[in-house]
Amino acid sequence: MSALRAKSDILSRLAILTTASAIAMTGSAFAQDAPKPVLTVYTYDSFVPDWGPGPKIEAAFEARCGCDLQFQGLEDGVAILNRLKLEGPSTPADVVIGLTTDLVPEAKATGLFAESGVDLSPLALPIAYDDPVFVPFDYSYLAVMVDTEAVKSWPKSLDELVTGDPEQKIAIEDARTSTPGLGLLLWFRAVYGDEAPEKWAEFSDRILTVTPGWSEAYGLFTSGEMPLVLSYTTSAAYHMIEEGTDRYQAAAFAEGQYLQIEVAAMIEGTDQPELARDFLAFILTSEFQAIIPTGNWAYPVIEGVELPAAFDKLIKVDKPLYIDPETVAENRREWTREWLEALGR
Amino acid sequence: MKVSTDRRLRLAGGIAASMGLAGFLAGGFLVLVLATGAGLPLGESLSDRYIRGVVLFTLEQAALSTLLSVLSAVPLAIALHRARFPGRRAILRLFLLPQALPVLVGALAIVAVWGRNGVVSDALAMAGLARLDVYGLSGILLAHVFFNLPLAARLMVAALDEVPAESWKLAGQLAFSPTTTFRLIEWPAIRQVLPAAASLVFMLCATSFTIVLVLGGGPSATTLEVAIYQSLRYDFDPGRAVVLSLLQIVLTALLVMAANRLGGDAVASFGLGGRTKRYDRTGALLKLADGAVLALGLLFIASPFVAVVIAGLKADLTRLLTEEAVIDAALTSLWVALSAGLVALLLSLPILAAIEALASSERRSGSRLARQSRRALEVTASLVLVVPPVVVGAGWFLGLRQVTSVFAAAPYVVVLTNAAMAVPFVVRILGPALATGHRRSEKLADSLGLAGLSRFQIVDWPAIRRPMGLAYALAVAISLGDLGAVALFGNREFTTLPYLLLQRMGSYRTEDAAGLALLLGLLCLTLITSSESATKLRHGSGR
Repeated sequence: MSALRAKSDILSRLAILTTASAIAMTGSAFAQDAPKPVLTVYTYDSFVPDWGPGPKIEAAFEARCGCDLQFQGLEDGVAILNRLKLEGPSTPADVVIGLTTDLVPEAKATGLFAESGVDLSPLALPIAYDDPVFVPFDYSYLAVMVDTEAVKSWPKSLDELVTGDPEQKIAIEDARTSTPGLGLLLWFRAVYGDEAPEKWAEFSDRILTVTPGWSEAYGLFTSGEMPLVLSYTTSAAYHMIEEGTDRYQAAAFAEGQYLQIEVAAMIEGTDQPELARDFLAFILTSEFQAIIPTGNWAYPVIEGVELPAAFDKLIKVDKPLYIDPETVAENRREWTREWLEALGR
Repeated sequence: MKVSTDRRLRLAGGIAASMGLAGFLAGGFLVLVLATGAGLPLGESLSDRYIRGVVLFTLEQAALSTLLSVLSAVPLAIALHRARFPGRRAILRLFLLPQALPVLVGALAIVAVWGRNGVVSDALAMAGLARLDVYGLSGILLAHVFFNLPLAARLMVAALDEVPAESWKLAGQLAFSPTTTFRLIEWPAIRQVLPAAASLVFMLCATSFTIVLVLGGGPSATTLEVAIYQSLRYDFDPGRAVVLSLLQIVLTALLVMAANRLGGDAVASFGLGGRTKRYDRTGALLKLADGAVLALGLLFIASPFVAVVIAGLKADLTRLLTEEAVIDAALTSLWVALSAGLVALLLSLPILAAIEALASSERRSGSRLARQSRRALEVTASLVLVVPPVVVGAGWFLGLRQVTSVFAAAPYVVVLTNAAMAVPFVVRILGPALATGHRRSEKLADSLGLAGLSRFQIVDWPAIRRPMGLAYALAVAISLGDLGAVALFGNREFTTLPYLLLQRMGSYRTEDAAGLALLLGLLCLTLITSSESATKLRHGSGR
């Protein structure tokens, strides 16, 4: 009997849980009483949580649009683009935010995006930019982060990184599966051109491991497994502001840092073209841009946004390195293949 | 109802369930190919030098991982079975936990023990020796052994539990030496489950992804699973992803079938770590050796968990536990895992019933067709493990959005995918128990003309009642730790604990992530323990 009771107990608990969650789901669907127009925005995961920029942007935009802005978080920029390719013209998305410029040619080839109509003149990017479709919303520089408690000296240039002490280890991300990983590959290309494969081969001794994404590499780094990791210059700002420590600093490289620009765009077939255009225009306002530094740990794309004091302590980049997206799109496969071979496949 | 009708019904149910399972997986492939209009670049993929290298590496690391896991499981299982000590059941419970650990958490925990800055390296450095460098094949093997040695050991302990009490009595009366006991009793029992244990571990290692990349040290360590992910995500080439998936499935199927031919059942049991009485007297030296094996084995398996606990306790657990997002995710995880466990049982039971019906006609008529059909059912139930969830998920995503809102359907797809993933394990737990029950009472039941519900109540139910709790617990654990299905379908309204954990790790919140890993582990342990105590109750009642 007790057996039966235990079993039915599990079943009834399961039933309660299922019902409860069903109620919770329908509850949230009915919570919006007035039928406001909905603007669906695809973005990446780290944009959406409470500490990310998503909720603040949502509140700010909803205050002026009389609409319901809904963020839908996907794994990363590549996942956003793949989702659109899977869904095609009937995608429920109205706007996407979170692609890097490297993905722009591929994104344009889908024919799913419409011109933004946004006046790009307020833009203050480190490079000239005039794409009619994709609107930049933030940028950052790749950097090798240093655990200054573990090492007293670190590479001051890409060259020193490549030729330096192979016992001072670094974790990098895989160019086949992650955005910063591809970024480092492009950084090598930008600095060394066709000599990049030899440089990778020389560098390979120093690489402790190549992880599938940023999280794994950074997790290993902060747990003290290696003194260097590939991340962004703004990572240092996170540690200074949120954790109050100067322990983790970005290494400034003499050749310059690789630039990564993140963009947003509207979907051609959207049923909310007005709202979508308004949102893209909203991106270039100081209200939106003020959320970026400590929300997304990146630089705002317009002038006049006040930055937290910690950002003044970040390394100054005089030479932004950037390979134009068309060239990247043409060569990515070939360069990735070379990268694989140089690292020992 | 006649006995023959009953048998036919069971067969039909089993075929329906396994067709449902295969259909769910194959459907994903089919939709993906049809909807994207992708060609299948078979020849091109097979002749690709990169892919050939990847295939070789996949098989090499999986074979080595399997060899190491299974070989080291033998002494551990024997020591666990021979030694009597309090806490043995708790250890067997702990052995299920690696399955519930999100792989990334496991990998970081292993690094905390074995990494350059890990506990072992620190000890070596203090002794003036060089720090360990595990990155490369050794790191992959280390991690795979951590995840799979406990699994293999548990299978073998179960096999030893199946040894009839008379054998142990006889061994005691004849005062067998430990070597003779091993040769005549223990080894034959273990040998029976070796192919099943090995093929299970092989499948789990062949499809390894995060561990291979994180601990493999560089892109020379790439498995087919990585190449599949790469071709679907970065190259967006569904045709190639499908071809590579098929390659993975076919290669593994061939190897699993070859392993089955080597003898033994395709289905081995996990068992419950029951109460076989042994009469062999263990000398002081043997006791010492057992103690050493147990201590080493436990230290190896438990140390990464200790790392998870230590890291987790540093997090602000009170804040986490009161955070709405965490509570929501925990509840979602709980109901998804409990439902997936239930569906896994509902899928597995008809398949097992059909397998038994076929085994029974094999026994009666020695029919080859029956044997082959049984094998086919068993292999179908196993191969679920090597079907890449990214491909199936993408297919279902496409298929579902033609008919309904994907976000509304997401929870169901995740539950189904997790349930499918658990079927191979459930089948391995319940199968042998059901088989024993059938062999024991089948003739009697046939002669009494028992059929339908009463046959289920009298023959099947008593046999599977006891292992049911364990099967359910393991299925729940697998679903709790799963990220594959949720990563594709998860969204703001549907977030599980591992998903939240990864999200925190992805935005610098490593402490939160460590705290969540601890909470996830505790949740899992609670579920395993309560399933086990339910099993205990079951044992006391009944008869």
